[in-house]
Amino acid sequence: MSGDHHGPTSFWSKYVFSLDHKVIGMQYMFTGMFMAIIGGYFAYAFRMQLAFPGQEVPGYGIVTSHDYNSLVTNHGTIMIFWVAMPVLIAALGNFLIPLMIGADDMVFPRLNRLSYQIFLVSAIILIASFFVQGGGFGGAWTSYPPLSSNPEYNLTPLGAPLWLTAVALEIVAFLLGGINFLTTVMNARTKGMKMYDIPMVVWMIIIATLLFMASVGPLVAGAVMLLFDQTLNTSFFSVDGGDPLLWQHLFWFFGHPEVYVVLLPAMGIVCEIITTFSRKKLFGYKEILYMTFATGILSFFVWAHHQFVAGIDPRMATVFSITTLLISIPIGVLCFCFIATLWGGSITFSVPMLWALAFIGEFLLGGVTGIYLGSSGTDIFFHDTTFVVAHFHYTFFPIAIIGTFAGITYWFPKMFGRMMDETLGKVHFWGTIIPFNCLFIPLFLLGMGGQHRRIYNYENFPDLAGPEMQNMRIFATLSLVALLAFQLPFLYNLFRSMFRGEKAEKNPWKANTLEWVAPSPPPHGNFGHQFPEVFRGPYEFSHPDREDDFWPQSEPGPRGEIKEH
Amino acid sequence: MDSPIATSRSATGINTGVLAIYWVIISEILIFGGLIMCYLLFRLRNDSWGEFAAVTSTPAGAINTIVLLTSSYFAVIAHSAATKKDGAKAFKFLWYTIGCGFIFLCVKSYEYSSKLKYLFADDGGAHWDAHYNNNFMAYYFFATGLHGLHVIAGMVAMMIVSFQIKKGRNYNRVELCGLYWHFVDIVWIFLFPLLYIAK
Repeated sequence: MSGDHHGPTSFWSKYVFSLDHKVIGMQYMFTGMFMAIIGGYFAYAFRMQLAFPGQEVPGYGIVTSHDYNSLVTNHGTIMIFWVAMPVLIAALGNFLIPLMIGADDMVFPRLNRLSYQIFLVSAIILIASFFVQGGGFGGAWTSYPPLSSNPEYNLTPLGAPLWLTAVALEIVAFLLGGINFLTTVMNARTKGMKMYDIPMVVWMIIIATLLFMASVGPLVAGAVMLLFDQTLNTSFFSVDGGDPLLWQHLFWFFGHPEVYVVLLPAMGIVCEIITTFSRKKLFGYKEILYMTFATGILSFFVWAHHQFVAGIDPRMATVFSITTLLISIPIGVLCFCFIATLWGGSITFSVPMLWALAFIGEFLLGGVTGIYLGSSGTDIFFHDTTFVVAHFHYTFFPIAIIGTFAGITYWFPKMFGRMMDETLGKVHFWGTIIPFNCLFIPLFLLGMGGQHRRIYNYENFPDLAGPEMQNMRIFATLSLVALLAFQLPFLYNLFRSMFRGEKAEKNPWKANTLEWVAPSPPPHGNFGHQFPEVFRGPYEFSHPDREDDFWPQSEPGPRGEIKEH
Repeated sequence: MDSPIATSRSATGINTGVLAIYWVIISEILIFGGLIMCYLLFRLRNDSWGEFAAVTSTPAGAINTIVLLTSSYFAVIAHSAATKKDGAKAFKFLWYTIGCGFIFLCVKSYEYSSKLKYLFADDGGAHWDAHYNNNFMAYYFFATGLHGLHVIAGMVAMMIVSFQIKKGRNYNRVELCGLYWHFVDIVWIFLFPLLYIAK
């Protein structure tokens, strides 16, 4: 073991062109947060237009119909591709994987840096696309042709190809990162760490990476074809000669597994937090793992439930309804396993735990409303209404926002070596959760009332322009403003704690996994001269043979499993 | 900078580089798989594509198939030389492989130029009209073009590796290039019948 890890010393090689997995993780996290601010600002602008149509929006100005389309499209694109993916998978994956498997870095540090650099270029291209002639792309994040493929329809001759290029580059960045993740976890685990000793969050990130890799390939080919349609006048997806429906299949073959790509890391974060803060072993480690694999496999057979009204064969709609309802079984098992883990535990309502519990509750609502949309009969009524919007925000918000906050507040002491402020954390928690529900419950009701999405001004629709519907829109928009305002305490807490917070010890939460063996924050090379060795599973809390209520994976001794009879 | 210790670990027993190349190949299979699936779906729906496919030159495609298969053979010899740490021989056969790639690209350029001449022939645009709004030619250029880019990428990688092994370093990378090159070869084995033979 060489162990001679002299970290880089200059500012540029330490923070900008770093090869260290922790710094690359931070780069992903802060880029993701920056993009989240843009995405949130876009949501603010178009929600204000819906609540107060035609009036000048403070901080934006008049929202034209063209602006509106562009704002909605880029809000969706940013939040999924430039916030959920980089923060949940790339940032936490990069930071956690080498630490949790007891390695000094990823196996390919330079590939890792290249992945971030491509990601950064993609983000810059996307931002640039807002300022070109014709404005940013406005054909929805799903980018259906012929609207997206023909500049005469979408009126964004430059915005559309730039948007598509940005998305394609982002996918390339994550494919490179994914290869690194998979190879690292397969090969670079420390001595003694067997398959079932890997912490669940690492498993979940790996399964998510596999899903991403398997689903995104055809879309890469499809994206290039769409780019040719836009720029070289080919007709892959045009009505004459090509097939617009083909894009929908390619897109959703990726798009639905993508939901699970971002869901699984968030589920993994929840596993780590609820075990630590209820001082109990994870209920059904293997069952959770197998159910996650089942979810992953099933997720490849549900994509056409996005296309029930797109002109697919009705017999096919029945098949996809069945597969869609089936996928709620493994996800349901996961939720029951979480509840069983909590049952009888000695629960501490710390800030990360609050976020983790909120994730379970809010995601459940998102999942249950998905049943309505997965059944082709009800979907025909709900399709393209804000019921759908509310449904997927009840899934994506818990994933991308609640899951991320859970992860950041839990691993913050490890990341920066300091503790976050608990009171501010709780203010931020309640200030996020309450407005979130106030924002999207009205959208469920409005959607059931027949309010279509993607409409710029409801005043032109007499059935939808009545005061009771408009008041709900205003209520939802004001909730959004409150939600955004309550992010300020978080940002303050984050940056203040980073420099002024109370110093954190190595293992402030008394957890078992390997990252808590390293100093806080871990130095270059993570563990110094002696890599930890693994002797048992990651969740041996409150073991009857022990005085301490936790039993670190790296502490020499028996495996400590209790055989059940 | 030195590689991290993580790179030298091998919990699976498979070399880390080989493992990574397999993941690269898997992700590439899915990209080409998606492309070929799209092509097949159109091909099965449109019988007329058989006539459009008459434009492609089967002899040129056949020559390229033989060239690529030969190059894969050279890559295998280079690998076996590298396992014996025979840097000079591995260097020579890597360059034979690169040479085959070059011949492949020359034949491809000839094909492309004749296709483009045919499409843009000075006959009042009859050929262009016949092919406009049908995707055979678009798929032809996209699939073979993407494959051609992979050929170029493989050649560049082999050039870099060849000079490393000449200096006596990184013998294992010959195997990685070889694995990738075989994959590029296999993709062509799929494209050749689909675009050239089936008329």
